[in-house]
Amino acid sequence: MRVFLAGLSIVAGLATATVAIPAKADPAPDIGNWQSVLDQARGQTVYWHAWGGEPRINDYIAWAGAQVQERYGVNVVQVKLSDTADAVAKVLSEKTAGVDDGGAVDMIWLNGENFAAMKRNDLLFGPWAEQTPNFAYVDVEGKPTVINDFTVPTMGLEAPWGMAQVSFYYDTARLDNVPKSAQELLEWLVKHPGRFTYPQPPNYMGSTFLKQILTELVDDPKVLQQPANQTDAEKVLAPLWGYLEDLQPLLWRNGQAYPQNGASLRTMMADNEIDIAFSFSSGEVSSAIEAMELPDTVRSYVFDNGTLGNTNFVAIPYNASAKAGAVVLADFLMSPEAQLRKQDPRYWGADTVLAMDKLPEDMQKAFAGLDLGIASLSPSERGTVLPEPHPSWMELVETEWQKRYGVVQ
Amino acid sequence: MAETLRRGPIDSMLRFFPAFTLILMIGPVCAGLIGTMLPAFGYLPALGGDGISIDPWRDLLLQPGLAISVRLSLVNGLVATLISLSLVMLFCAAWQGTKVFVVMQRLLSPILSVPHAAAAFGLAFLIAPSGWIVRAVALFAGWDRPPDIVTLHDPMGIALIAGLVAKEIPFLLLMTLAALPQADADRTRQVALTFGYGRVVGWLKAVFPRIYPQIRLPVLAVLAYSTSVVDVAMILGPTTPAPLAVRILGWLSDPDLSHRFLASAGAMLQLILVLVAMAIWRAGETLAGFWGRIWAEGGMRAQGDGAIRSFSAGAAVLTATVVFLGLASLLVWSFAGYWSFPEFLPRSFSLHLWMREYDMLGAILGTTLVIAVLSVMVAIALVLGCLENETRRFQIPGQGVMFLIYLPLLMPQISFMFGLQVFFTGIGLERTLISVVIVHLIFVLPYVFLSLADPFRALDPRYGQTALCLGASPARVFWGVRLPLLTRAVLTAFAVGLAVSVGQYLPTLLIGAGRFATVTTEAVALASGGDRRMIGIYGLLQMILPFAGFALALLIPAVVFRHRRGMADHNRI
Repeated sequence: MRVFLAGLSIVAGLATATVAIPAKADPAPDIGNWQSVLDQARGQTVYWHAWGGEPRINDYIAWAGAQVQERYGVNVVQVKLSDTADAVAKVLSEKTAGVDDGGAVDMIWLNGENFAAMKRNDLLFGPWAEQTPNFAYVDVEGKPTVINDFTVPTMGLEAPWGMAQVSFYYDTARLDNVPKSAQELLEWLVKHPGRFTYPQPPNYMGSTFLKQILTELVDDPKVLQQPANQTDAEKVLAPLWGYLEDLQPLLWRNGQAYPQNGASLRTMMADNEIDIAFSFSSGEVSSAIEAMELPDTVRSYVFDNGTLGNTNFVAIPYNASAKAGAVVLADFLMSPEAQLRKQDPRYWGADTVLAMDKLPEDMQKAFAGLDLGIASLSPSERGTVLPEPHPSWMELVETEWQKRYGVVQ
Repeated sequence: MAETLRRGPIDSMLRFFPAFTLILMIGPVCAGLIGTMLPAFGYLPALGGDGISIDPWRDLLLQPGLAISVRLSLVNGLVATLISLSLVMLFCAAWQGTKVFVVMQRLLSPILSVPHAAAAFGLAFLIAPSGWIVRAVALFAGWDRPPDIVTLHDPMGIALIAGLVAKEIPFLLLMTLAALPQADADRTRQVALTFGYGRVVGWLKAVFPRIYPQIRLPVLAVLAYSTSVVDVAMILGPTTPAPLAVRILGWLSDPDLSHRFLASAGAMLQLILVLVAMAIWRAGETLAGFWGRIWAEGGMRAQGDGAIRSFSAGAAVLTATVVFLGLASLLVWSFAGYWSFPEFLPRSFSLHLWMREYDMLGAILGTTLVIAVLSVMVAIALVLGCLENETRRFQIPGQGVMFLIYLPLLMPQISFMFGLQVFFTGIGLERTLISVVIVHLIFVLPYVFLSLADPFRALDPRYGQTALCLGASPARVFWGVRLPLLTRAVLTAFAVGLAVSVGQYLPTLLIGAGRFATVTTEAVALASGGDRRMIGIYGLLQMILPFAGFALALLIPAVVFRHRRGMADHNRI
C-alpha cells in the first residue's frame, strides 16, 4: 500500500499542484432510529450504480428516484453501467487510494459473485438491511434466497429487491413439444442439431445454464450447497462433463462459436437461428415481446424438476457518501408499492421479494390483480425453485469449461 | 539570427510548452502504468497482495489457449494494418489528382466519424448468417432459416480484420491527404509521368517515399489499435479463444477480484505484444526500403496499370459501400418494429424509441461537447506550442518522451484505468470536469500529435525564413504564415481529436464517477441490453458530433481560401 501510494503521490506531486478537495465524511446512520436516518438522508444525493441496458428498468429506477425525492427529499441519480464490475472496481480503486469516506458510489445493484467478492474484501457498509421498516414484509421464510445470496449469508449487508428464476422460452409458431429436462434437451438436440446454444462462460447466463444442468444431474444436490473444496469435486462434476461431451457437438455452430450474453440469445431467437432460449425472468420475455424484439407467439416454460432461482439485491459500499439516503432508497424499493410496480410487466415484470400474507389486504388484492403478461409464468406455473450452488462451484465449472471447450482451434 | 534577437514574452513562454505537456501527461500515464505493473507482480494491498511475486504471470501462462490469443492479436493487428495501408497507398497511387479521387475522398471521409463499435455492428448485421446479404439471397432461395455457417466470430478472425480495415482506410486516407501537399505530390507525380512511368508505379517510386515518413506515426497508431482493440473484437472477432485484449477485459470484469492480478499481467503482456508488433513492422519497413530502392532504381516503367487502378478503386468503393450499408442497417433497426428472418425489411416502423431518448438528448450532447471541445482545444494548443518550440529551437523530442505520450495508445484502455482512478482519487480531483478533461486529453493528445506533427515538421522552412527576413517577428511568422499554411492539418487534428474524445467510455464513466453522462456512456450502457434498436439509435447519435467536426474540417478551408489559389493548394479538400 505504502509503496503504491508513495509512487503515485510522487507522480501526483509532479503532475499538479492542485488543492485536494477533502472528501466529506458521512457518518454511519443509526439504523435503529429510523427518524434519524430520514433526517440524515434529507438533502443527500444517492449515486446508484446500476446496469443500464434496459430502458424499461432505467425508467423504473427514475420513477423510484422521483418518489424518494418527493417523500424524503433524497435525490437519486442512476449511473448507468454496462457491467456491474465497473462499480466494484471503482470502490476498489478508492480503497487503494485511501478514500475511506466520501466515495463516489452510494449504492450498487448486484448479487452472487459480486456480492461475495465485496463482502470478502470488506467493501460493504452494514449491517443495515434487516432493520429497515419495509424488510418486515420480505418473505424470509418462503424465499430463503432473500437472505442467502448464492448460499452466502447476506447478514444485512444488502437488501433484496427482486426475484429471478431461470425459465426457457420458445416460439409456439415453430415448436410444439419442448424438452423439459436436461436429458430431454439432449434427445431433442439429436433430432434438431444446431438449434440451441448457451452464452459462452464465464458469462453469467452461460454459467447459469451449466449450473442448471449440474444441479439436475448431480447425485446429491446438497453437496452443491457446500464449498467445492469440502468434497470430491471431480466426482461431483463428472456427470456434467459426461453430458457436455454429448451436447457440445450438437450445439449451434457445433460449439465453435457462442453468443456473448443472454441478450444475444433473444436476438438469435428473433433471427430464427435457434429454437429454444432461456433467461432469468419470464417477465423479461413479455417485455421483449412488448418491445417488438420477439414475436408474440413466444412463450415461457420451466423444466419439470425445477430451475435455478435467486434474488437481486442492492448494497451500499463501505465508503459511500450518502449512506442514509441509500438506506432510505433501498427501504422504498422494498415497499409494497414499489414492489407492485416492479412486478407489473407494463413497467418491468420482475417478481416481488415480499410475502403476500404479510401485506395489508388491499396490497394483496393489487398483487393478485396484476396482469403478468403473455409470456410470463404465474407463481403456480413456475414449479420448484432450485437453490444456486455455492459460488466456488461456479468458479470451478468456469475454469474447467474454459479448458475443455474454450479453445477449439 | 533574427529568431534569437526577437524573443518576446510569448516566445519565452513557449519553451515551457514541452515541459508543461509532459507534466500534464506524465502523472496520469505513469499512474496508469504503475497501477498495471504492480498488480502484475502481485502487489495490490486493497486485495491482500502485499508482496512481490510472479504468480500472476504463472497464472497467465496457464490460461488455456493463451498462445492462440496472442497469435490472433499479433497476426490480426499486422494483417489489418498492412491491408489498410496497401489499399490506401494503391488508391492514392492510382487516382491522386483525378476527379475519381476527389469523389472517393468525399465518400470515405464521413466514415471517420462513425464510431468503431457502430461500424462493427453495422458490418455484423450485413455479413451475419441472418444478415442483410443472406436475407437478400433467402428471399429468392426461399430459406426460412439462416444457414448454419460461421461468418462472424470466425476462428481465424477474418471478420475482425475486415471490420478494422473498413474503419482504418478512411483514417489513413485522411492522414495521407494532410501529408500530400507537404510532399509536393502533384508536381512529383507529373515529373514521374513525363519520364514515362505509369501512374501507379511512378507514384509509388517517387511520391510514396516522401509520403510514408509523414504518415508513419498514424500507421503505427493503427497497428497499436488493431493489436489491442476490444470493442470491435467483441462484436466481430473469434471467441474460442478471443484475442488477448478481449480476454483481459473478461478477467478484469470477473466478479472474483483476485483475477485482477492475472488481468494486470495480461495487460503487461499486451503492451509487450504491441511493441513486438511495432518491431516487426519497423523491420518490415527496412526490408521494404531495401527492396524498394532496388526496384525504383531498376527503372521499370510499368505503364499498363489499368488492372491495378480498377482494383484499387473497387476496393475503395467496396469499403465505402460496406460501411454505408452497415449504417443503413443501423438506421433501419432504430425505427424497426418486429423484424425477423428472412424479412428484408421490418414488418412495421416506429418512432417510439427515438421519442423516448429525445428529451435527454440536449443535455447529453451538451456534456459530450463541452468535454470534447475543452480537451481538444487544450491538446491542439499544447501540440502546436511544442511543435513551434521545436521549430524555433531545432530540438526534436527524444524517443523516451514520445513513448510516454503514445503509451495510452499502446495498452488496452481498461487495464490502464485502475491506476488512473487511484491517481485522480488520490489527488482529490476525481468526479470533476477538470479530471474528465485531463483524462480525455491523455487519449486525445496522442492522436492530435500524430495528426499534426508530421505536416508541421514537413512544412517548408523557407516560408518562415522568408517572413523573418522581411522583418516579421517569430510570433507573427507563427500566426501569419505557419498556422494559415497548416489550416487544414489543424482542423483535421481537431476533428480527429473530437472523434476520439466523443468515443471515450471507460475514462468518462470511471474518472467522472458517473457524474458526466455523455452520448457514449449512455450508448454503451444501453447497448449492453442487446436490443439492436437501441444500438442503432446510439450508434447514430454517437456519429453526430464527430461528423460535424469532419464536415467543418473540410468546409472551412474551402470557404476561407476560396480566393487564394496557392493556399487552396496547400489546404485543398
